[in-house]
Amino acid sequence: MPTTEHLSKQFDVDLETLRSRILQMGGLIESQILAAIDGLYSGNIQALEQVIENDRRVNGFEVSIDTECSHIIARRQPAASDLRMIMGVSKAVTDLERVGDEAKKIAVVSKQIHESGRLQIPRLADIRRAGSIVVGMLRKTLDAFARLDAVAAAEVIRDDAAIDEAFRGMMRQLITYMMEDPRTISTAFELVWVARALERMGDHSKNMAEQVIYIVKGTDVRHTTFEDIEREAAR
Amino acid sequence: MVSATVSEVTAAAAPPIQVKKSESRSLSFHYGSFQALKSISMPIYEKKVTALIGPSGCGKSTYLRCFNRMHDLYPGNRYEGQIMLYPDNTNVLNPDVDPIEVRMRISMVFQKPNPFPKSIYENVAYGLRVRGERKRALLDEKVEDALRGAALWDEVKNRLNDLAFNLSGGQQQRLCIARALATDPEMLLFDEPTSALDPIATASIEQLITELKAKITILIVTHNMQQAARVSDYTAYMYLGELIEFDATDTIFIKPKNKQTEDYITGRFG
Repeated sequence: MPTTEHLSKQFDVDLETLRSRILQMGGLIESQILAAIDGLYSGNIQALEQVIENDRRVNGFEVSIDTECSHIIARRQPAASDLRMIMGVSKAVTDLERVGDEAKKIAVVSKQIHESGRLQIPRLADIRRAGSIVVGMLRKTLDAFARLDAVAAAEVIRDDAAIDEAFRGMMRQLITYMMEDPRTISTAFELVWVARALERMGDHSKNMAEQVIYIVKGTDVRHTTFEDIEREAAR
Repeated sequence: MVSATVSEVTAAAAPPIQVKKSESRSLSFHYGSFQALKSISMPIYEKKVTALIGPSGCGKSTYLRCFNRMHDLYPGNRYEGQIMLYPDNTNVLNPDVDPIEVRMRISMVFQKPNPFPKSIYENVAYGLRVRGERKRALLDEKVEDALRGAALWDEVKNRLNDLAFNLSGGQQQRLCIARALATDPEMLLFDEPTSALDPIATASIEQLITELKAKITILIVTHNMQQAARVSDYTAYMYLGELIEFDATDTIFIKPKNKQTEDYITGRFG
């Protein structure tokens, strides 16, 4: 990746603005995930409603970042690493927005669980643990993007396997609860959606990490093996 | 059936084998004591467009002009190395090779349209007359073919005897392309062919270049990087008389290997 500045200082400003907007959006989403999971445990309806409300801001970020990408393409006709940055950002922002949607989904489900008064929530610890893995992945992805670090991005892709494993574990447990005590069925069923949302967040983080590798290395590593991705990132 | 589809996909994915129409081998060039080109070796693929890009003074126009011995016209200029023209393995730079014959095979179109102060018809017929062609019927046919090839025929067919200067800038440039095509060249050299034209005329010349490559090999010098990206199949980046990077245009513009190339095409060069 080139480190020197463009002859056009305004172009540097435009790209820097775009990068910092993605990081701001990522920061907002990180807090959305944490707040949604906290709300699931605490039953703080107001906090959950705030998460649902904040999703509008997430959507606003997506639209404005995409608009900015179009403007830069139209005005600057970016090439090479600049082009890859714009393409990568435009794709990553879609995944980031979907992570936001999943956080909102957790808030909606949590609100339903608590408002219906069904408080026999089985084994919540696993959800919190999965939540912290996802937040860690997202943070690492954004960090890799900020530092244009392909090796760190490849690590995120490896972490996705941990989320998938945690999801399978949560499903097994929830199914066991439902079989043992039919009164837990409706709550457990809602928790399946929470687990599913966390698993999807992991997938989206992985997609974003792949875009970081594309931006830095110029190689499209989607749909390749993990070994190929690590080799490419370290090259 | 399924296996046939798979092999078709594999065949489409494999890079096609390119045939070299020409190539420079360790080509150096001196304007007197100044060395303008430093040992440039590069293939020019048949029926492809190869673009030469680089900052002013990098030697791209000098390189282009070597191909039809334009530099012979000035004393003190000196070539080293070879420019091979295939399939007959002719070294264009060999002093025994007649530069006039080279220019019949490798034509050139310049930055500014430079029609002769003659009629449209005579501009196109000029090269053929130099070659000794006298038969009117054959001249008529060749002139029409060349004007059609340059996408100008429909606009001028009813006024072939008008003075070429009465055409618009874009039309004059297409007339120059028709003049270059009239001798059935194997290669066309373009030296910034659209820098004096408006965007519409530029687009029509670019479209023409894309059509011409079905029949002819094209080498183009351009200051407009987007133009190189739009029209060329291969791009060469030159700097201070050296070839820095040569590759498929998609590679150069998306994932160049060399940092100097990257800096130039992303506008970081300074």
